[in-house]
Amino acid sequence: MSAVTSPMTTTVASPDKSPEHHYLNHSSGFLSWALTLDHKRIGMMYLAGILFSFFLGGVFALAIRIHLWNPNLDPEAAWLSNATYNRVFTLHGAIMVFLFIIPSVPAALGNFLLPIMLGTKDVAFPRLNLGSFYLWVTGLLFFTYTLFSSGIDTGWTFYTPYSIESKSAVEAATLGVFILGFSSIFTGLNFIVTINTMRPPGMTWFKMPLFLWAVYATSIIQVLATPVLGITVLLLALERFIGIGIFDPALNGDPVTFQHFFWFYSHPAVYIMILPAMGIISELMSVHSHKGIFGYRMIAYSSIAIALFGFLVWGHHMFTSGMADVTTIVFSALTFTVSIPSAIKVFNWLGTMYQGTVALNTPMIYALAFIFLFTIGGLTGLFLGALSTDMHLHDTYFVVAHFHYVMMGGTLVAFLGGLFHWWPKMTGKMFNDTAGILSAAIVFVGFNLTFLPQFVLGTRGMPRRYASYVREFQQLHQLSTIGAMTLGLGLLVAGLVLLHSLFYGKKAPMNPWGGATLEWECSSPPPHDNFSSPPTVGDPYDFTSVEYDGKTGSYFKKKK
Amino acid sequence: MKIESPRQQGRHPFPKFQKTMTEVAAPADGHGHDHHDHPSWLAHHFDDAEQQYDSGKLGMWLFLVTEVLFFSGMFCAYVLYRNRNPEVFEFCSAFLNEKLGAINTGVLLFSSLTMAWAVRASQLKQTKILVGMLGATLGCAAMFLGVKSVEYSHKWGIGLLPGRYYVAQVENAPHAETNYLQMLCVIPAILSAVFLLYYVYSLVIASKFHQRVAGPLLVSGLCFFAGVGLGNILEGGEHHDEHGAGSHAHDDAHGHAHADPLVQGVATAEKATVETADEGISFVKTSGGPVNDVAVTKEEEGIPNSKVNNQGMAGLFFSIYYCMTGVHAVHIIGGMLVITWLIVKASREEFHSEYFGPVDNVGLYWHLVDFIWIYLFPLLYLIT
Ligand code: HEM
Ligand SMILES: [Cu+2]
Repeated sequence: MSAVTSPMTTTVASPDKSPEHHYLNHSSGFLSWALTLDHKRIGMMYLAGILFSFFLGGVFALAIRIHLWNPNLDPEAAWLSNATYNRVFTLHGAIMVFLFIIPSVPAALGNFLLPIMLGTKDVAFPRLNLGSFYLWVTGLLFFTYTLFSSGIDTGWTFYTPYSIESKSAVEAATLGVFILGFSSIFTGLNFIVTINTMRPPGMTWFKMPLFLWAVYATSIIQVLATPVLGITVLLLALERFIGIGIFDPALNGDPVTFQHFFWFYSHPAVYIMILPAMGIISELMSVHSHKGIFGYRMIAYSSIAIALFGFLVWGHHMFTSGMADVTTIVFSALTFTVSIPSAIKVFNWLGTMYQGTVALNTPMIYALAFIFLFTIGGLTGLFLGALSTDMHLHDTYFVVAHFHYVMMGGTLVAFLGGLFHWWPKMTGKMFNDTAGILSAAIVFVGFNLTFLPQFVLGTRGMPRRYASYVREFQQLHQLSTIGAMTLGLGLLVAGLVLLHSLFYGKKAPMNPWGGATLEWECSSPPPHDNFSSPPTVGDPYDFTSVEYDGKTGSYFKKKK
Repeated sequence: MKIESPRQQGRHPFPKFQKTMTEVAAPADGHGHDHHDHPSWLAHHFDDAEQQYDSGKLGMWLFLVTEVLFFSGMFCAYVLYRNRNPEVFEFCSAFLNEKLGAINTGVLLFSSLTMAWAVRASQLKQTKILVGMLGATLGCAAMFLGVKSVEYSHKWGIGLLPGRYYVAQVENAPHAETNYLQMLCVIPAILSAVFLLYYVYSLVIASKFHQRVAGPLLVSGLCFFAGVGLGNILEGGEHHDEHGAGSHAHDDAHGHAHADPLVQGVATAEKATVETADEGISFVKTSGGPVNDVAVTKEEEGIPNSKVNNQGMAGLFFSIYYCMTGVHAVHIIGGMLVITWLIVKASREEFHSEYFGPVDNVGLYWHLVDFIWIYLFPLLYLIT
């Protein structure tokens, strides 16, 4: 581990021309990327892979919505056959969850930012980090195989016994999930160790940026929950290979046990998705309000609280699966308690904006959209956590709308906000802010148009995962489809804005937004070893010493 | 929550940034990043040996946590099914040979000792002892697998297979044609041959390093077959007698530790099924139920213990048995790979008092693998 780059690479710029020398031009050639141990390059490779998966999942999503334009009461005349429809929505869900949203913030942005925010050279285990990336790629290959063989039609939840009988390529998909799980575990493990042992002098736990708290809490869940998913999908694969029967009622096995195992991971997994997004929002709110974060400790503690409470509520996915009455009541009550730390965060973000100097630029608009959408998503979760209402709403479009509000309106929107926020740092290029705001606006409108009607559909009884519906629902479904197209357009604009910046963007200054965390103290993009002079660790949310310099268009820290 | 990282305790006055400064000043030589004060065993992004060691240690502990959770899924399944069908577990565990289980427990416990000794030797830079102890650990692991191969192949031969493939046990059952044990021995045999060649080669070129590596590998190859031999004496002999007597009821004749499960099981199984039936949760009772559909077909009605001796009952036990012991065996094999890696490093004399983290951490992993077996043994073998 003596050198970070492989011997096969060549250095093209010398370190003494400091500003020109950065991690992107440090060395070149395919192998200098494929074998890199640099967390920044690994983060960028993740970013590319994740955006590709998002695109793939998005294509399936549009296929679902186009299919549902018509009620399809006659399956023969429908655009997609019922069997194809099942495959399309399963692949959409599985790709979005396992390949995109779970690794999105931690593996892409987290990898890039975590060591820089800590003022270190790299994560604790750079090789393991690269290994995680290749595990992710292997998982992607398994899914690609699934896609080109018989697909998969079980729903992303792989419920038995159907997943045992299904003729589709369940084995490949479950092994893919198994491998992706280990990718996620190793990333989490790496981050926990890095934060524990590699913080710089002066950075106590409560001087850490809140993004790191969020990533830390996420990593705890990744390490504690994902192994259970691993063994569950492994047993499911064995169920298909050698018929072990543990989850197979035909062999006296118990499908409800499968659901318990699955949700023991997958409920905490929704916090793997949302916690890092919340971390992003904490940074965005404070930096773009130019005001210290309100209630730092409460936000930090609530991240950990969410991580721990999140392990106790998985049963709320199974209220109708046949559990003892007492069990359902306990799970319902516990579900309500997890919403408290989430609410704490929302209030703290609002408190941060209050009397701040709010800059309405692209990242901030996305952050505001997040607060709005996440709040709706979280509040509708309460309807589902309440036993009596969930009996009616379970397995309807209400659930679909709920989790899209939290996962897409929450995590994806925060991810985009974070991407815009750190884009100048990562690529060294400024994007067109007006066009960025336009993309955020289209995404926001398109998103609500897609999913608000689904709440209504759900309460009226439209079941999820159906390829056809009664005529009464057609108008709402069509609204939703139009919304999905708009949403797609908004994302396209966002993508074009970022692409455009790569080629025509102005050179990004060191600190374009006025942030006080350490990543804004190294050049954009950062040099190979992150810092050319030692950063002084201070309060990450002290904006009184951050000043704007009109000449360079950059903020800088006043030396005390 | 006030755990201070080593860097905060002021042990190092920012060495890394001093380095970066000199580096920037120095002319580029392709790789301006080799730090002269960084010994080769200290990774470039760590400040000092202690930080590197602490990171590795914490990483390993976290990994062990994930391992425990990984197994916990199967332990859960075990608890659920044992709780629901205790009579099945009693019936089935009688098919497991607790002598072989006990021997393997002893072998693994001993390997924990040698592993711990290896850690000490690496700290004291006693290369010979270190390589010897790692070799002994590797040998024990191989022996464990040898014994396990006998157990597995014997069970496969008489149809004690997981779930759907379980064959109801009857007296005078025909023996399988396939010799599973031979199949399991193919890879170890090839490996042993390779190790032998390697060892001869190392003697020929008189390389101390290669001898140190090849020796333990060859010994562990042989240990596998020692395990097979040992297992065969305890299980295979019994196997023959059965054949000779043409009956499963060999135990009385040989004063064997476990009574014939087919006979002994009747009482317990009958009793237990009635008990559970009273509580209305028996899966066996329901005549049109799934178990009867699958497992007990018309022709099989004559088999002994048909209520538990079927795919949905005994088969499920063996599913759990194979999953748990199989995943454990995979961990043993993984451990053997990393121990081999350690042997190579140790033979190069890489370890010393400031750098022994890899031995220490592999040791932790190895103890966990033993520890899991310590649970598996009584839970599976010692039920009756
Ligand atoms: C804020 C508090 C939250 C509460 C009280 C809550 C509650 C619930 C409940 C009770 C269900 C089950 C509904 C049913 O199937 O009948 C559910 C489903 C779901 N929730 Fe949430 N939730 C919350 C936040 C989140 C977050 C933050 C995410 C993800 C980022 C999320 C993602 C999901 C998903 C994916 C499902 C559906 C899974 C499926 O069946 O395919 N939820 N939620
Ligand atoms: Cu949940």
